[in-house]
Amino acid sequence: MLKYQFDFSFLWDPENDYALDLLHGAWLTLQLSAVAIVGGFVLGTSLAIVRTGSIGWARRIVVVYVEIIRNTPLLVQTFWLFFGLAGAGYKITAFSAAVIAMSLNVAAYSSEIIRAGIESVRKGQIEAADSLGLSRASVLFDVILPPAIERVMPALISQYVLLMLATSIMAQISVEELMAAASRITSETFRGFEIFIVVAGVYIVLSVVVRLVLRGVGWLAFPRRRRLGTSL
Amino acid sequence: MHITFNQIVFLLQGTLWTIALALIGFVGGGVIGMGIALMRVSRSAVVRWIAAGYVQIVQGIPLPVLMFLSYFGLAITGVQVPAVVAAGVSMTIFAAAFLGEIWRGSIQAVPKTQWEAADSLGLSRFQMMVDVILPQAVRLSIPPTVGFMVQIVKNTSYAVVIGFTELTQSGKIVNNVIFQPFVVFTIVGAIYFCLCSPLAHASRRLDLRLRSRGA
Amino acid sequence: MTEAIVQFDAVHKSFGPIEVLKGVSFEVRRGEVVCLIGQSGSGKSTALRCINGLERINAGRIRVAGHDVGSNPDVDLRAVRRDVGIVFQSYNLFPHLTVEQNITLAPRRVKRAAPAEASALAAKVLAQVGLLEKLHSYPEQLSGGQQQRVAIARALAMQPQVMLFDEVTSALDPELTEEVLKVMEDLARGGMTMVVVTHEMAFARRVASKVIYMHRGLVHEAGDPDILLRPKTPELQKFIGAGL
Repeated sequence: MLKYQFDFSFLWDPENDYALDLLHGAWLTLQLSAVAIVGGFVLGTSLAIVRTGSIGWARRIVVVYVEIIRNTPLLVQTFWLFFGLAGAGYKITAFSAAVIAMSLNVAAYSSEIIRAGIESVRKGQIEAADSLGLSRASVLFDVILPPAIERVMPALISQYVLLMLATSIMAQISVEELMAAASRITSETFRGFEIFIVVAGVYIVLSVVVRLVLRGVGWLAFPRRRRLGTSL
Repeated sequence: MHITFNQIVFLLQGTLWTIALALIGFVGGGVIGMGIALMRVSRSAVVRWIAAGYVQIVQGIPLPVLMFLSYFGLAITGVQVPAVVAAGVSMTIFAAAFLGEIWRGSIQAVPKTQWEAADSLGLSRFQMMVDVILPQAVRLSIPPTVGFMVQIVKNTSYAVVIGFTELTQSGKIVNNVIFQPFVVFTIVGAIYFCLCSPLAHASRRLDLRLRSRGA
Repeated sequence: MTEAIVQFDAVHKSFGPIEVLKGVSFEVRRGEVVCLIGQSGSGKSTALRCINGLERINAGRIRVAGHDVGSNPDVDLRAVRRDVGIVFQSYNLFPHLTVEQNITLAPRRVKRAAPAEASALAAKVLAQVGLLEKLHSYPEQLSGGQQQRVAIARALAMQPQVMLFDEVTSALDPELTEEVLKVMEDLARGGMTMVVVTHEMAFARRVASKVIYMHRGLVHEAGDPDILLRPKTPELQKFIGAGL
């Protein structure tokens, strides 16, 4: 029944640098992911801080924001942003739109994760910090955030790996990442199945790479864990 | 140009396809996912590894790639399959991996003491699972499963890559006619919100109820 | 005439509908060691926590080292807390920082001490509590008694005018209690003004200048440590007799 002839020769076709195209696409995927992860982390932490703070109206805004982002698809958010801004006269590059949409998106998820971390810091430590006369800013950045983020690192890393996988939908606004490269090659060689098997493999490798890099960042950022190997 | 009544109806038709695709994914993925979950707690290491491998691979691939793989993969059989079939197969494969993980987690969350008690009553593995473990696992699994349904609904939007006319694709089509992206995609977003938010709330409420009752 | 470092004047404090302090008045003079004793629920820990503003009072006056800590919501608690050190029952060391970093954090942030200066200070207070070799250890590597001594050093590093101790040995195994009490005794002999909430009667008899027995939110009996041997009121007699 299955008389299909698999043909992976497109990879080493001397006339076209398809393999190189895929690598370029993968590289752009990583760049897109990196910027979105950093942006999402910074914004997510800020949102978590507001969410656990004492300003009622600001907290409510964050709650509404997170609800909206988490209950609508990333693709719709991206279309809204990219086509909406373009239609209103603000032309930004597809890459920028993708980065902004993805940062805003992953920030909402990150903020919930980091909020859980913040709430897991024992009240006694905050009392001790207050009693030493530390300012609110110092209590937040020296006493609360470091252990909070260390504790939720695994959950954050999983979230950011998912983010990298989600970059694949940015081909819809013509970002030239891995999926876009694959689609282009497909239209030229008509070897869709083989191409996407290879691309699936590349994404699996990228997942491992991103996870390792983020674990490395954690290793550098948390000296106690580096020295003792225990969890907080 | 303003959005017309017919165009809104078009969006609602897309919504019906979104719901249909979500249900296909949930039911199909649920059946296979149950199998995956049981395989993951099997006594046989080989069986466990196969299921673990499936989950790792599927969770490491973006859903759009899965969509294309199903699309081209089914095309190989020579039969011209409609986009909905390819989308349905992808959602099923995708959901099976995640539901399998959730349900495996629920099975393993049943306290060890229950396993020991059932064992010392002389129940066979099959009886133990069916009469003691699974009923409790099901109760534990309801909040995260309902929560995952939100993910399924949102992820149906990835079917745009194979041109399936669910809600997001319908939105793209309408926008290409009237060029009102903020209006169109706000409506599209609002529809998704109405589908997802109640599920998300239900999941949270169920979780609180489960915790207060004490698993 | 030594001035009062801590002065409570008819202090009332409620948690919701429950009044925990019903008009507490007492005084702690410079160099004194005052032990607050009483049953759980008598209000002694609450009274202690009002001194550095961890609890805010509903009525009355509290003066601490020249600051007015009363019910005024605008008081700069950070200024008060620079002069008051507190040690908690559960040590509350920062788990993600080394012992040295735990101690130097406040001097560097609050007093803007330079890193070298702060490290020297940390070494000094750590030597004072006998744990200099643990400078670069993390709290989880220390025993309970050691963690508590580090907590004391951390509070001392800010050179406070008065030190508060909130049942600091209650969470420790008996063998570890001694090392902490010894540090507190040395501190007292060095002239530090201390307010100590404790169940350790032997310590109170030996070290306190004054013992205050609290009962149901009020100062029930107060005097020099002899009252522990010759209690005047029946409530204190019962309290001592029960071996609490």
